[in-house]
Amino acid sequence: MIEVKNVTKSFGDLTVLHNISAVFEAGKTNLIIGQSGSGKTVLMKSVIGIHRVEEGQILYDGRDIAAMTKKEVFRLRREVGMLFQGSALFDSMTVEENVRFPLEMFSDKSRDEWNERVEFCLNRVELGRAAKLYPSEISGGMQKRAAIARAIVLQPKYLFCDEPNSGLDPKTSLTIDKLIHEITTEFGITTIVNTHDMNSVMEIGDKVIFIHKGYKSWEGDKDSIFESGNQDLEDLVFASNLYKKVKKYHNLK
Amino acid sequence: MNFFEHVGRYSRLMAGVFTKPQRWSMLFKQYLAEIEKQGIQSLGITIIISIFIGSAITMQMVLNTENPMLPKYVTGLTTRETLLLEFSSTILCLILAGKVGSNIASEIGTMRITEQIDALKIMGVNAENYLILPKIMGFVTIVPVLVIFSMFFGLVGGYLIATTGVISPAQYVMGIQYAFNPYYVTYSVVKSLFFAFIISSVSSYYGYYAYGGALDVGKASTNAVVNSSIIILLFNVILTDLLLV
Ligand SMILES: Nc1ncnc2c1ncn2[C@@H]1O[C@H](COP(=O)(O)OP(=O)(O)O)[C@@H](O)[C@H]1O
Ligand SMILES: [Mg+2]
Repeated sequence: MIEVKNVTKSFGDLTVLHNISAVFEAGKTNLIIGQSGSGKTVLMKSVIGIHRVEEGQILYDGRDIAAMTKKEVFRLRREVGMLFQGSALFDSMTVEENVRFPLEMFSDKSRDEWNERVEFCLNRVELGRAAKLYPSEISGGMQKRAAIARAIVLQPKYLFCDEPNSGLDPKTSLTIDKLIHEITTEFGITTIVNTHDMNSVMEIGDKVIFIHKGYKSWEGDKDSIFESGNQDLEDLVFASNLYKKVKKYHNLK
Repeated sequence: MNFFEHVGRYSRLMAGVFTKPQRWSMLFKQYLAEIEKQGIQSLGITIIISIFIGSAITMQMVLNTENPMLPKYVTGLTTRETLLLEFSSTILCLILAGKVGSNIASEIGTMRITEQIDALKIMGVNAENYLILPKIMGFVTIVPVLVIFSMFFGLVGGYLIATTGVISPAQYVMGIQYAFNPYYVTYSVVKSLFFAFIISSVSSYYGYYAYGGALDVGKASTNAVVNSSIIILLFNVILTDLLLV
């Protein structure tokens, strides 16, 4: 569980996050939604400790990252997996080597156990066949899956995904969303996903936090999102023409 | 950014680079890979350039030492001194700054803009140490070898041109052995160690702080080559003053 308490973050004169509080539960896919530029990435990077916040607390199962030394943050990071917008696979390594990398760097287990773990993770994301290929040789969706395998190889307690669907077609997006969701429940991970994709929200939004212009504007689950009564949220939810048409059709009936 | 901000940021980066590695086995693996990539793969160009420059210098020295007062072996001797003192260390390193420097800056720069460096950090890897230390160590290790190769093949180039008749090969061979001062080799090798450090660390710096897109990686790589060349030239003067004069 990650608790964010009264977090405020500014860059110079620009305050990007205003007094945000939220609870991200273990074993659940927690979504942060909002328009582009609303502060989702800054919130995520603040939680991970890439940005230092001026005010507030960020508690990883009670441990405050804002109060940790650099060394303690490094140690905490080994419990953290992250899926980047562009996958961020190491392009000088094969898929398999990418997944093995965190083990080689941090695990004290034997080589056989590493191999077993790598194989397990690759199979879990259904990439066993692509193990020997380089990132440039596989599709965007496969890269995302490889990145997920790498993110979970050290059995993280916390998983962060920044816009996991960017650059993917709707069908592949859905596969990735489902994979993230399944892994979260399967391994009891505290997962936080940034997105502005309403398909993801409907598919995997166990808990949804809506950020608008740096303020937390609403929170709830995917089912209550349509009855939020929050105008800004509705603007986001019904932003696409498809949704507008569906809504109109719905209202007419 | 002004000069002092660059120096400050460079120093802070180096403080992160020279820390205890998290995994010695990883460092060793990367180190060998860098020796191969920066060093072994530069051998070919080093040999070719040295042979050609060695022959050109010999021909020029034949002209410069035409005076009948001068003994014939002077041609070989001056060729040797030029190669040993300046070409095989400074000029060779300027050429390597172009090859190795741009390679390092673009590799690290690409990792930066595609968030691979962020990925390392999120995993808890000390990215500065992991990425940059093996590059510096690898290049500093292999550069003396390149320098010695360059000296040898430069002299071979001179011999090859001598066989075409511009000067008698026997006199050339006598010249390159005459009044040989081994300290000049030491001087060149010591200089090259400094130059190798400059090339690898300055290029890593420009790559590490690249920001933006593919075009910016190109800019970082240009900056790396230009600035490490200037710093090499500056240090060449300083080191010559300290070591030779
Ligand atoms: N490093 C930074 N320095 C200054 N401003 C930043 C920085 N990172 C983000 N911002 C600003 O913070 C705001 C929120 O950005 P971001 O969190 O990236 O939005 P998004 O919700 O699209 O992820 C934007 O106005 C952006 O310009
Ligand atoms: Mg973002």
